Amino acid sequence: MTAAILRRPASDTLLGRALNGLLKSPKATVAAVVLVLLLLAAAVGPWLAPQNPYDLMQISIMDARLPPGSESMDGGIYWLGTDGQGRDMLSAMIYGLRTSLAVGVVSGVIALGIGTALGLMAAYFGGRVDTLIMRLVDLMLGFPTILVALMLLATIGQGIGKVMFALVLVQWALFARAVRGAALVEKGKEYVEAAACLDLSRTRILFGHLLPNCLPPLIVIGTLQVANAISAEATLSFLGIGLPITEPSLGLLIANGYEVLMSGQYWISVYPGILLVLLVFSINIVGDRLREVLNPRLER
Amino acid sequence: MTVFIIRRLSQSLLVLFITSIIVFAGIYAIGNPVDILIAGDASPAEREQAIRALGLDRSLIEQYGTFIWNALHGDLGRSFVFNQPSIDLILNRMPATLELAFVALALSLVLGIPLGLWAGLKPGTAVDETVMTGSILGFSLPNFWQGMMLIMIFSVWLGWLPSTGRGEVGSLFGIRTSLATWSGVMHLILPALNLALFKISLVIRLTRSGVRETMPLDFVKFARAKGLSERRIVSVHVLKNIMIPIVTVVGVEFGSLIAFAIVTETIFAWPGMGKLLIDSIMRLDRPVVVAYLLVVVTLFIVINFVVDILYSLLDPRIRLGSAS
Repeated sequence: MTAAILRRPASDTLLGRALNGLLKSPKATVAAVVLVLLLLAAAVGPWLAPQNPYDLMQISIMDARLPPGSESMDGGIYWLGTDGQGRDMLSAMIYGLRTSLAVGVVSGVIALGIGTALGLMAAYFGGRVDTLIMRLVDLMLGFPTILVALMLLATIGQGIGKVMFALVLVQWALFARAVRGAALVEKGKEYVEAAACLDLSRTRILFGHLLPNCLPPLIVIGTLQVANAISAEATLSFLGIGLPITEPSLGLLIANGYEVLMSGQYWISVYPGILLVLLVFSINIVGDRLREVLNPRLER
Repeated sequence: MTVFIIRRLSQSLLVLFITSIIVFAGIYAIGNPVDILIAGDASPAEREQAIRALGLDRSLIEQYGTFIWNALHGDLGRSFVFNQPSIDLILNRMPATLELAFVALALSLVLGIPLGLWAGLKPGTAVDETVMTGSILGFSLPNFWQGMMLIMIFSVWLGWLPSTGRGEVGSLFGIRTSLATWSGVMHLILPALNLALFKISLVIRLTRSGVRETMPLDFVKFARAKGLSERRIVSVHVLKNIMIPIVTVVGVEFGSLIAFAIVTETIFAWPGMGKLLIDSIMRLDRPVVVAYLLVVVTLFIVINFVVDILYSLLDPRIRLGSAS
């Protein structure tokens, strides 16, 4: 009986609040649906794509640069045309979406982990630890993301691991600052004092008590940062210092179409670009709505 | 005030020092300096000689000392490709980049502030929704793709504007600028718009939230009670109050305009230092990359320093807060 009374209604949990807020705004609902569809498409990509664009047996150079709707040598139809090597654009885009999403999400999650740990430590220990970590954060945030990533990759070379390393390096500071701010507020509250009185270990107070209460700003920044990371990776790949040609993301596909854009073969760069915009735009709309709902007093 | 300036100046120098160590570590310790500083087609004898001449056989501390000593004397190495001091190459290209960044900054203020005011004064309406969704779209459009689309629409399809390069440069009030000639202006429109779009979105959001915070304040009510027209209240009293955050943020963002100019310059073949950087990376012309890095970091430190000083002049609370 007591348990039933103490149980909060579903709409009161973090997830419930987020979902409710999303569904109340038609714009955000549409964006969330688009995002889920894109995630699904990426998840089942190899089964969804008409061909494997990186299997040389399946592509034919004779089909290079066909406009959308053309018929292939063996009777199929290239709905979005083909690129310079005769690859089906639709398939290449689905594979590119997988790479872009993987790089964005993985680097975002790692940055979130590192940033959260450092931010919590700064808030909880204070003093010198705090000063040291926050100086580092200020230093990182003093320079634009794209410049730091570009410089790093120009120095250490390109590759999927190095791109992710660069993206983590430029993102962790934002998380650290947000978590520190939230944790400083939470730290003064009575439940933390109560936990300390129970003689719980520091780790447990930090991660078991403080962290869950700092989640709202983290969720919002995390969402927006994944969009930023995808965008940044695409830019770096476009400039030719991001991903190698063997693992093309959407940015690299767009770059491939850049040279032929002037001669009117628009589809090679326009369609991957639309997919990229759709992805980043829908993540940003969802993130923006989450900020309104969870209201973690973010500065922008 | 003097204490504040000295404090900030010493912090700036510290950042520059740390950056120089990072650059040094990146180029000399992580990568192989022989590959980076000596052209790839050198013969083994030439390599030996170059290693000795560059002092690469000495200890890391000694090498760092030499690197700093040369950098302080303006010697950041010679470009392999142009066989000129790399610092000269960069300083030659800098005006084009600064011009692009300034025009983009002006565009973002001229377009962003009115749109932000419009949305902020009518919260919750269709106008507000449209402007705000548009600003999210502005954040979401990848800069390089957006540039390609501008070229495709305005140069390839409509044929209104030139797609690449910088037009004729004329002289205006003693400054060499594209704004002085018709062809220069035409060449400037697309790159500047491309660079500005992201900042326009930022200024819209800043202005809107500023208006939303300022409108319920007492002085606005007082101005209304005094019988001032709504137009005057907004354009004089409200605008003046929201300018402080806009000026500071825009000041800091000027640095990021220079960084993002790398992308815009690459797409529009704008002969600035960002394009030089990408070309140099592609041609493995590493002394130019190193020089670019140090020049841009210095530029950033100067910008941040100036903005901090300006901010403390605009808002005395900051100065008092940090001096105590």
